[in-house]
Order: sequence, then C-alpha cells, then structure tokens
Amino acid sequence: MFSILQYPFIQNAFLAGSVVAIVGGFVGYFLVTRGLTFAGHALSHIGFAGAAAALLIGIDPIFGMLVFTVVAGAGIGVFGKELREEDINIGIVMTLMLGLGALFISLYNGYAEQAYSILFGTILGISHTDVLVTLIFGIATIAVLAAIFRPLLFSSIDPEVAEARGVPVRALGIIFLILVAIAVSMSVEVVGVLLIFTLLVGPAATATRLVHFPLGAVAASIALALAYTWLGIFLAATGTWPVTFYIATISFAVYLPVRLLTIRS
Amino acid sequence: MNSLIELLQQSFVQNAFMAGTLIAIVSSIVGYFVVLRAQAFAAHALSHVGFAGATLAALLGISGLLGMSGFTVAAALGMGALGKRIRGRDVEIGMILSFALGLGVLFLRLYTNSSSETVSVLFGSILSVTHADIMLTFAFGIGTLIVLAAIFRPLLFSSIDPEVAEARGVPIKALSILFMFLLAITVAEAIQVVGVLLVFALIVAPAAAAQHLTRKPFSAIAISVALGVAFTWGGLLLALATSWPVSFYIAALAAVTYFIAIKIGHLAHPHRHAAQAHDGREHIKIA
Repeated sequence: MFSILQYPFIQNAFLAGSVVAIVGGFVGYFLVTRGLTFAGHALSHIGFAGAAAALLIGIDPIFGMLVFTVVAGAGIGVFGKELREEDINIGIVMTLMLGLGALFISLYNGYAEQAYSILFGTILGISHTDVLVTLIFGIATIAVLAAIFRPLLFSSIDPEVAEARGVPVRALGIIFLILVAIAVSMSVEVVGVLLIFTLLVGPAATATRLVHFPLGAVAASIALALAYTWLGIFLAATGTWPVTFYIATISFAVYLPVRLLTIRS
Repeated sequence: MNSLIELLQQSFVQNAFMAGTLIAIVSSIVGYFVVLRAQAFAAHALSHVGFAGATLAALLGISGLLGMSGFTVAAALGMGALGKRIRGRDVEIGMILSFALGLGVLFLRLYTNSSSETVSVLFGSILSVTHADIMLTFAFGIGTLIVLAAIFRPLLFSSIDPEVAEARGVPIKALSILFMFLLAITVAEAIQVVGVLLVFALIVAPAAAAQHLTRKPFSAIAISVALGVAFTWGGLLLALATSWPVSFYIAALAAVTYFIAIKIGHLAHPHRHAAQAHDGREHIKIA
C-alpha cells in the first residue's frame, strides 16, 4: 500500500503538496481573519488568464500565473479604496480574465487537456521545475509571513488601533495581498484555479472556528491543510478518482459539521 | 465573408442564433432583477452548482440542460429558504461551490477521460447544443418570460423597496423564492451559451451596464435586453468569422461595454453613484 511512495512523481506530489498546504493554511488564516476570501477567489480567476498566456508563449504556466496574480494583488492593494463595495466590477473583471484565458488556450494546441489541468490542478503530474519553483516561493512566502507576523496580526484584528499605534497598516495590506497572490498561484498546482477555496479558505475557516487564539488557529489551519492534501494525494494515487475531488470533499466534509456545531464568538 | 454567409445557412448556426437570442433576452431581464436585488454572487454560485448537474447528466446520459436545471433549482430553493441569512456569507457559499465543482470533476472522470467535455461545460458550446436541448431551451425560456410578465409589478416593487412592499401586503418571501427559481432556470440556460464560468457576462453585465445608464426600470430593462442580444449576436458572428471562442467574444464585449457604461454614467450624472447601496455585498477590504 505504501509502495506507491517509491515513485518519483508521487514523491514530487507530496513534497510540492506539503509546501503548498503549509503556505495555504498560513495565508488562509489571515484571509479569513481579514474577510478577504473573495479576493483569493478573484485572484485565482485572474491567474487563469496568466497561466494560459504563459502556455501560449511557451513558458511554464506558473510564471504567467505569478505575474498576473501579483500585479492584480498589488493593484487591489494600492487602489483598494476605490474597489470597495464594487463586487460587480470585480465579477466582470474576473469574467473577462476567464474569457481571455479561454481564448489563449484555444490558440494553443492541446486546448482541452491544458485547460483542464490549470482549472482542476495537476499535482500528480507536477514537473521537476514546478517543484523547485514551489519550494523557493513557498520558503520565501513563509519567511516574509513570519517576519511580519505580529504587526500583520495586529492590523488584521484591529486595524484602527494598530494604525493609531504606528503600524504601517496600508503597506502591510499591500504586502499581504502579494503573498496571497503567490499562495494562490502555488495552490493552483494542487487543486486548480476553480477549487482554491478548498485549500486556502477551507482549513483556515475550520481552524478559526475551533481554536480561538491566533497561534493555535494558524497551527490548526496548517495541520488541516496538510492532512487534506496528503490524504487527497494518497487516495488519488491508490485509486482512480481525481485528487481535486478528494481534497474538495474532505475540506467540505470537515468544515460542514464544524460550521454547524460551533457558534462564532 | 462568403464563408460566413455559408455558415449562416447551416442549421446548427441558425439553431445557435435562435437559442442564443432567446437566452440573451431572458438572461437580461432576469439579470435586471439580479442587479437590483444585489444577487450577482448568487447567480455566480448557481452556475458552479450547474457544473455538477451538467456532468452528472452526461454520466447518466440525460439532457445536460435538465441535469443543470435540476441542480440549480435545488440549490436556488435552498438559498431562497435561507433567505436573508445567506447574505454576506461568502465563506459558506464558497465552500459549497468548491464542493459542487469537486463533485463535477468526479462525475466527469467517471463518465469519460476526455477533457473536451469539461471545457465545453465550463466555457459554453452554443454551436454544438443538441436539438433536444434547443427545444427544452425554448420551453424553459418562454415559460420564464411568461412567469416574469405575470409577477413583474410586485417583483419590481419588492426589489426596489422590500419594506414598503411588505407593509402593503406584497408576498415578498414567496416572490423571492419564485425569483430564485427563475434565476436557477436562467443560469442553466445561460451556461449553454457562455459556460459555467462566464455566466456573469450574460446575466449580470448587460443589466449592470444598463443601470449605470438609466434609473427608469422599463428603459433599463430595454437597454439590458438590447445589450444582451448584441453581445450574443456579436459573439456568435465574430466567432464564426474568426474561429476564436464565442464565450471569449461575449465576455470581452460585455466587459468593455460595462466599463464604458460606467464612464458614461459618471459623465452624465457626476454627483450620483449608480444603484449600488445594498448591504450584504462582498467587500474587498484593505487593511
């Protein structure tokens, strides 16, 4: 049963999946605390156009994805005030980006397969380059998050007081959205553009309902994300059903009872 | 140009135009109420649920439109029953959406290993809709228009001012559930043209653009319908002429028109913000 672990592609999947889960669980905690889950969703859709454009010009999709999401994340951060309360605008930008992605992919040969893997993830077919890119960006993201952890937490929980105490709330907001952009791009390899929620928001939303002090909630969120990813990869590698389906179902199946049985404090 | 005219004589192209036009009309009218009632995200959510329905229908070998509308109607009735409690709950809705998409991926894997099916559900395939689905599309579309016409005045009243409408004895709860039902059917129809992922382009964009241009309900609905039909025809014609995907053109036309409409709205009424004051919207909060 554990003999599958000997295959290099399974090892790659576990390695990249673990890094993505740690980053996703960590960033996800702040996404949920700051009420920015919709931004995560929007960034992943914008990233789809980037990934498809990268395919078209012949580079690795993750680079296209990173460029598009980081630019969009920084843009949302800088022009944040004007974007407020305009969900239709964001919806229409998302739709345009998805349409552009559909166009780029149709111009590229192998339309369907590539679209499928960007939309639903390809962790079991992850390339060696992608594992390296994931490791580098993952370690960098975790290092930056650890460095800004205290002020970011302060400004997420109580922005007014943090600002009054001299915390650079706005700059932190922009840095955080760039980290979200990177986390989204990485997570796409595991669960795809469309199911970002399952890895970025699912574990964190469950953790913040179970554990009420920040460090504990971050730890719980990372642990849940790792468990979902490992279980998903393991089940998919031993069976025939897709990884994405398993992760989405586990994420939902854990969240649902927790959501119903806990009262938000 | 000649080949375009030849294409237009093909029955599958004519079917696409007829079905596309009816779907655009229904979507634009329903979309007017969606924007007025601040339910854009509900439309987006229903379309993702439709993905699971479409893939299950493919697995069972039944009509895709039936599968989609089965799922969207069930989800819409659930949302309608939860009513106000559902507003602003983006984590909950997001989790349900992801689960529906995950189920869709599974059904698809069980049905076929070909990913082209997925892509046609996600990005639409109005040029390859089957004859049976065209017939169903007409039945559903005309049915939706008749019900909308019948409840038009109370629905408009309760969308603009629910408190006063309720005080005057308008059954706003029943209307809200009935409207969610119509929205579910419309989403399933629109998916055939632009796919699960681009439903916003056909349902929300024409209506949102129209509401930046005028505040009078009838003019807004008329502009919305005109824009919806124009996007669909433009998308189909451009796609036939160039072989780029229909849904790309519709999404691009919708987005460009929407942002131009915002500019025109600002120029014409510099001191007014378009009707966007509902609570319960998604907020992108920075810091």
